[in-house]
Amino acid sequence: MATLKVRHSEKEKPHALEKSLTGIAGFDQITNGGLPKGRPTIVCGGPGCGKTMFAMEFLVRGATEFNEPGVLMTFEETGDEMTKNVASLGFDLKALATRKKIMMDYVKIEPAEIQETGAYDLEGLFVRLQYAVDKIGAKRVVLDTLEAIFSGFANSGMLRAEIRRLFRWLKDRGLTTVVTAERGDGSLTRYGLEEYVSDCVIFLDHRVTDQVSTRRLRVVKYRGTSHGADEYPFLIDDQGFSVLPSSSMRLNHTVSNERISSGVPDLDAMLEGKGYYKGTSVLVSGTAGSGKSSLSASLANRSCSDGRKVLYVAFEESFAQAARNMRSIGINLEKHRKSGLLRFEAWRPTQSGLEMHLLRIHKLIEEFDPEVVIIDPVSNLMMGNPHEVHSMLMRLMDFLKMRQITAMFTSLTEGSRKEFEQTEVGISSLIDTWILVRDIELNGERNRGIYVLKSRGMAHSNQVREFVMSQKGIRLLPVYIGVGTVLTGSARLNQEAREKADLLIRQQTVEEKMRARERRRKAVEGQIAALRLELADEENESTLLAAEQLNKAERMAQDRFEMSALRGGKSNSAGRATKVG
Amino acid sequence: MKSKASAKPKTKRAASKKSVAGNGYSGMVELRLYVAGQTPKSLAALANLKKICEEHLTGRYKLHVIDLVKTPQLAQGDQILAIPTLVRKLPVPIRKIIGDLSDLEKVLVGLNLRETGIVN
Repeated sequence: MATLKVRHSEKEKPHALEKSLTGIAGFDQITNGGLPKGRPTIVCGGPGCGKTMFAMEFLVRGATEFNEPGVLMTFEETGDEMTKNVASLGFDLKALATRKKIMMDYVKIEPAEIQETGAYDLEGLFVRLQYAVDKIGAKRVVLDTLEAIFSGFANSGMLRAEIRRLFRWLKDRGLTTVVTAERGDGSLTRYGLEEYVSDCVIFLDHRVTDQVSTRRLRVVKYRGTSHGADEYPFLIDDQGFSVLPSSSMRLNHTVSNERISSGVPDLDAMLEGKGYYKGTSVLVSGTAGSGKSSLSASLANRSCSDGRKVLYVAFEESFAQAARNMRSIGINLEKHRKSGLLRFEAWRPTQSGLEMHLLRIHKLIEEFDPEVVIIDPVSNLMMGNPHEVHSMLMRLMDFLKMRQITAMFTSLTEGSRKEFEQTEVGISSLIDTWILVRDIELNGERNRGIYVLKSRGMAHSNQVREFVMSQKGIRLLPVYIGVGTVLTGSARLNQEAREKADLLIRQQTVEEKMRARERRRKAVEGQIAALRLELADEENESTLLAAEQLNKAERMAQDRFEMSALRGGKSNSAGRATKVG
Repeated sequence: MKSKASAKPKTKRAASKKSVAGNGYSGMVELRLYVAGQTPKSLAALANLKKICEEHLTGRYKLHVIDLVKTPQLAQGDQILAIPTLVRKLPVPIRKIIGDLSDLEKVLVGLNLRETGIVN
């Protein structure tokens, strides 16, 4: 986050207000370039809201990054106290002071010591400021709780005149100034300082909702320039102040056709055989123990093996635990962590509010610059107002997309099957690829089914697969899809066995039928043969009969002839004899 | 105009009825007047102060007039904010009186030269 580049828009109007980068992460983005250059800005808010930190970071970054030395005038804390306070942010005020980058002046106001007699003014303040500014050639000034002077002097009319003069004075010298002020009742500042500073007013807020504290920043007013008007969450941690800019207004991230393997060949196969698109957001949702983390680990494992840097943010498991668990499915996370490709960050979701988590993730990404980010599970971040959660996650996803980071979020869903696809409606519309892992409970077993609910821009499989984890990794088996049901596990095996048996039986029946027909055929054929024989017999018989008949007739004729011969003529008998012969 | 000191040997308790040097303090009263240039307020303060000193602290005060326009680095030491400011360095505790010192009573109280209720 140290070097934040702000793109100066080439459309910037020629006489646009000149701005001074603060170097505060995110702030320069929402203000399109920082604070108004050479003018005073009021930073106001309640106690402990981070006003001083904002001011200090503005000063220190100015001195260290933009070569703009700065004067720190404190009215409540001594230089030593201030040095200690900001040391926690990694700022070394002492060193900066010796290098003449920063000049500190503690203005002590002790009303008890002071007696007023007659007319006076605050020229002493101007003298001191002038002296400090001249000494180091300061470009920036911080007046930390200028309002403290109101407690020291009774003549408020004079004070107001002097404050007005002070702001004029700062402006005339072109000093970019941050003035901190305490919030008042019903007004931005207790003493109405905002009346005098008309250029830029920033309001910081620290509120606690549901026992979770959130810091927010709002640019109340920024004359002569456009600025983000929302409330932006911010964070103060060991690296200073950072503001989380809300989602970019435009949807113009570049897209890539490059694909990233999911680490599960069978899942890749469901995604056109190639895996996810690079730079898209993948949501894996499912009930407890459905294998979400395993899918995440597979992606991490594969990406690391391909030489990509992976940031794994876990809210449920420590690294040791995750590494051990993943070893059971043949994934060695330890190796990747050692090689530096895997950055595993685990912290409790209850540790802070949503914004803090997201800011932390932001910062990790800025720092580590990964190609793949896994958040396991994102559902743990879903606390508080759903609308807020939605906008926050949208910001995060936008940010990831802008950086062309492939992101995987896992999400724990609860409740009945029907709600599966509803619980995350909040974020599902932001997601490019949504994989659902769900339990299928049947016959006293719980098995896992996986399917790709949506995947933008690819012809993904519409199948439900069975999700099986073993020592060898994750495999997705085709499930039995029968009469209106999807069967998995032993039920699937059962069904398959049953089908096999059925098939056998059917085959046997067919064979039996075939045999019966054969037999019948043979029987019929036998009958045909018998009939034929009968017919032939009958035919024979009738021929014989005919022949016999003829013989008989001839014999009778012969007999008749012989008889006649016996009775008379010889000639006839000769003729007869030849006839008969 | 660094110093305007009139250091005479210690006198006995002040002759004037009105003046009681801080609860019996009889040592030197050390005063610093911070001004910023020759502004009317500064000049008025200096004139008023001189008068008071001569009247009430004759011979036992030291006065430094510091012009912050010339020596701005001195402003921090005595935590000067208002101009003009009169600082009583001695006797301790340090007292500060701001303004043109036109209100005599207040200056005397402020410098602890008049104890309320002590009259003799």
